[in-house]
This record gives sequence, C-alpha cells and structure tokens, in this order.
Amino acid sequence: MTLRPSPAPAGRALGLAAAVASAILALLLLAGWAAPSWAIYTATIALAKGLVVLGLVMLLRMGLISFGHGMFYCFGAYVSGLLASGAGLTDALALTLAATLGTAALGLLLGLLLAGYRGVFFAMFNLALSMILYGALLKSVSLGGSDGVSVPAPSYFGLVPPDGMRSLAAYGFVATIACAAGFLLWLVSRSQLGLVLLGVKGNEIRLDYLGISARRLILVAYVLSAALAGMGGSLVAIVSGHVIPEMAYWTTSGEFVFITVLSGPGSISGAFAGAGVFEAVRLATGQYLPNAWQLLLGGFLLLVILFLPDGISSLARRRTGTADASAPPAGRVQGEG
Amino acid sequence: MDIALTILVDGLIYGAWLFLVAIGLTLVFGIMKILNVAHGALYAVGAYAGASLVGGYLFATPPAALQLPLLIVAALGVALLLGPLLEGVLLRLFYGRDEVVILLATFALSLIIEDLIKQVWGVYSYYVSEPYALFGVIEAGPLFYVGYDAFLIVVAALVGLGASAFLRLTRQGKIVVAMIHDSEICRAMGVNVSRAYLWTFTVGVFLAALAGALIAPTLAVTPTMGVNAIILSFAVVVIGGLGSVEGAALGALIVGCTRAATVHLWPEGELFIVYAVMAAVLAVRPRGLFGMPEGRKI
Repeated sequence: MTLRPSPAPAGRALGLAAAVASAILALLLLAGWAAPSWAIYTATIALAKGLVVLGLVMLLRMGLISFGHGMFYCFGAYVSGLLASGAGLTDALALTLAATLGTAALGLLLGLLLAGYRGVFFAMFNLALSMILYGALLKSVSLGGSDGVSVPAPSYFGLVPPDGMRSLAAYGFVATIACAAGFLLWLVSRSQLGLVLLGVKGNEIRLDYLGISARRLILVAYVLSAALAGMGGSLVAIVSGHVIPEMAYWTTSGEFVFITVLSGPGSISGAFAGAGVFEAVRLATGQYLPNAWQLLLGGFLLLVILFLPDGISSLARRRTGTADASAPPAGRVQGEG
Repeated sequence: MDIALTILVDGLIYGAWLFLVAIGLTLVFGIMKILNVAHGALYAVGAYAGASLVGGYLFATPPAALQLPLLIVAALGVALLLGPLLEGVLLRLFYGRDEVVILLATFALSLIIEDLIKQVWGVYSYYVSEPYALFGVIEAGPLFYVGYDAFLIVVAALVGLGASAFLRLTRQGKIVVAMIHDSEICRAMGVNVSRAYLWTFTVGVFLAALAGALIAPTLAVTPTMGVNAIILSFAVVVIGGLGSVEGAALGALIVGCTRAATVHLWPEGELFIVYAVMAAVLAVRPRGLFGMPEGRKI
C-alpha cells in the first residue's frame, strides 16, 4: 500500500491553517518588535529548539523516545558553523538548508540501523550514538575540541543587518522558519502518513496486516525528526555565533525529551510553547535558584507523566473540547500552525 | 608483550568498577523491567555517604580496620533509606505503564536526586583517600599496582558470584527467576510479588551505593559522577544483554579492556570507543550478547 497525502485537508481547512500560521508569525514578529533584547534572544533560541522538539513529537506519536537527538542538533550546528567559518558561506538560509539536508542524510544512515528497535533499546541506542559524536568532537583538534567553533555573523539574502538590528533580524528569520516548519508538519500530521504513524504505537502487527511496514514508517519519521533537529541546531549556531560539543551531550538530549513529554504528542504549537516555557523558566531559575533547576524539572516531569500523560497541551484540548472525534485521543492532531 | 599485559590488568581494574556499578542496574531491569536512570545518581549518593562517614567530614577519620566496614554501612544506610522510599512510594505509581514511561520517571528521579545531592553536600568535591592505602602496593615486574584496585576486583568477583549463586541455588532466588518469566503466575501461586519488588529495588540501590562507596576512595566525589557512571554502565549492560548478570560481567570485561587498549594505543578515541563497541554489538545482536529475544504480542 502506498501512502498518499490524503485524506487531503479540504481546501478551506488548508487555507485556514495557512492563515493561522501567518497570523501566528505576524504576532511573533510584532511581539519581537516590542520586546527587550534579552527576551528576543531567549525567544529565538526557544523557537529553534522548538523545531527539535517538533521532530521528537513525531517520534512520540509512534511511542518512541530518543535520548540522543542532541546528536542531530549538534551535527546540524556544526555543519552550519563549519560552512560559515571554514567555507565563508554566511547566508543564513543557505546554511540552514545545507545543515538540514546534511542531518537528514545522517538520519537516514542511522535510521536504517535504528528502525528495528523499540522502547528502551531505541532510546538508549540513540544515546550511545550521540555520545560517540560528543566524544569525537571533544577530541578532534581540527574542529576546535572542547572550545567548539565560532560562527561568523550571518547575512540574510545578501544583506548584513547593522549591529543594533542583528538579534531582531535573527529572530525574524527563525520565527519565519519555525512557522513554515510548523505548517508543513501540520500538513504531514493530517496526511495518511501522519495518521498511520499513530498505528505504530497502537498496534504494529495490525499495521503489518494492512500492508504497511512499521519499519519504513519509523525510518521516515526518524529522518524527518533528524532533519528538524539539524535545522534547529543550525539556527542556534547562526543566532548564538558558537557551537560546542556539549550540544551532543546526553543532558541536551534529555532536555529535548523533557520538553517533548511536557508538551505532549498532540499539538504542534505546543512544541514551541513548551520550548518557550522551558527556556524562560531556565532563565529565571538560573538567576535565582541555580542549584534547584534540575530538582524543579524532575518534579515537574514526574507530575506531568503521572497526571497528564498526553502533555500540557492536552489541558487546553480538554477545556475547549475540540472536535475531530474520529482521531484517536493519544495522538489527536490539532488544526493549528 | 608488556603492553598487552598492562592493557589486560588495566582493563580488569576498570571492568571491576564497571561491573560493580552495572550489576544493580541489570538486576533491577531483569526482574522489574525498570531501566533505572537514577542508578547513577544513587551511586553518587553512596559515594557521598561513604565519604562523609569515612573521610573525616562528619567525625574524625576512623581507624584503618573500621574504614571498609563503615563504607559498607554507608551503602546499607542509603539503600534502607532510599530503596523502600523510591519503590514503595514513587515507582509503584507507574507500574503497568509503558517501559518508556518508567524510563522517563527514573530520568526525572535522577535529575531530582542530583540536585538534592548539591543541596545536602554542596557543589565542591569530597575526598576520602585514606582507605586507598589500606592494601599497600603490589609489585608486578616493572609495574606497580595499588592494592585497593586488586581489592575492588575481588569484591566485583564476589558480588557477581554471590548474585549468580543466589539466583540459582536459593529458594528466594528461584522465586525471583520465576518472577522474571511470569510475575502474574507467581502472584497466582501465592508469591508476594510487590514485596519481592521492594526487596529487589532496595538491593539494586544497595549495589549502586556500594559501588559508589567503594569507588569513592579512588577519585574525587563530585555531583556529576553519577552521570558519567550511568551512561557507561548502560553501555555495559546493553552489550551484555539487559537483565543478565553474566552478560554484565562479560560486558564489563569487554568495555574495560577495550577502553584500556584505547587509552594506551589511541588516546583520542578514549571518550567514544565504549559507545562504538556498544553500537557495533547492538547492530549484530540487537538484544546484547546474553539477551533473550522477546515474543511479539498481538
């Protein structure tokens, strides 16, 4: 059975979603104009990390958790960073595209190996692979070792923003990409592919009987999640001007898993909102309670998996009682950018 | 030839440490199907407890004869305090949920414990170097080895043999093996499975804390030592096959020797060779060297 991108979202739903995505983008840009510069930087990083979370949300819909996506995040960041510092390519869009494609290729390579694993093994195999990248980067003198690589300031379509505008330009760029990616993911979620993904979690053997290969589905979703993680990493590299091996360390991956579980598998905007809340809370606790940050995270995570197995975004859904009763509750797909 | 021998001995020492950390992890997974990410944090708690008791932080450094027993007492204290608390109060809430959900719960737990360590003991390193000199120095040809390292090898062997003998020879051990195969049938036959889980987890905590307390004299005790230990012991148990004691022993030896060889022959590879070995083993044998394939359930 070949998977077609149908049942196509009706033209009106499609238009509505595109309108919602554009509206969110416009709101984000407007908010960026008014916000103080520290908030802009935090929001930019949060949006970029939200992309990584988006990829993990796809995996979570299949019941898979990866404790190693820091690997793709780091890989994308290094591709961008090395292209910018070594090859002198500074166009932000070109860098991000190159990093995304490069990471997708890596994801395909590893995905072929990983698609046969589930549960704890999938999570831990990813962890091992990410630690290989971390160790290799840490010891490679030519790639900066533990100091990492600094990334020169980017240009946008041939224009270099003046000093005072740099963070705002980066924010606008990242917000645009995040909204576009969110919209595309919404399309994927609504497609036949996106719907059968839920079946991997539900019952693999029934999928087999439908003539759908769970292995291939996992591979597709894995490559997608890797590409998104690479994109996020590349954006962080461009925005922060620096890449370090710690981006592949397992605590980074743990953070992504944390945000993913927190925001839940249901919603796309929830992934970005989760990343935003995470970065904001990190900023606040870093300021006031530097040694209680993980305590807070851990406690919160326990509460969420105990009482809100579908994540925080399920709260909003429960309250508004969103329609679309035909979709299974665990992976109900919301119509939002 | 000398270098091969050096690698072997170094690998054995490193492997003994790895095995001590990993055996609790693999036992808890084998029996309860819980991959306890917090195992590393508990190992760190054991190290801190041992350092506080023996390193002269709480009261004066005890005489030499008491140092090792006190380290063990520290581990026992940690286990009796935290084991029932964590299993009986917290983990019990997650039984029946996905393996992955429990993985997340223990991940949360490890974050919490790591910060609690910082709250209780502060962020600075603790040192408890006195017991390290207890067994003197062993001269082996041109090389010198610290007696304490040999002691750790002996302890690792004893712990491994003890666990293996317990599971094979005692009544309780046989019940545990039956529980691994089918806990529901065990319950139907009148075995108190929840109590057995409580004991299993407590023993797991004890093994983690014991590894921490015994290793504490050889290094600086820091809040992050748990993180380093847990990912290495994951690699060890996954190579051997999650849940298998023999597998953990073999995995520890493989990882120990590979790492020792890498340190001597190709130092740049030290940080990732362990994971490369793990990836290679998993690619060939997805469930580890001693792992059992799992039937598909409809």
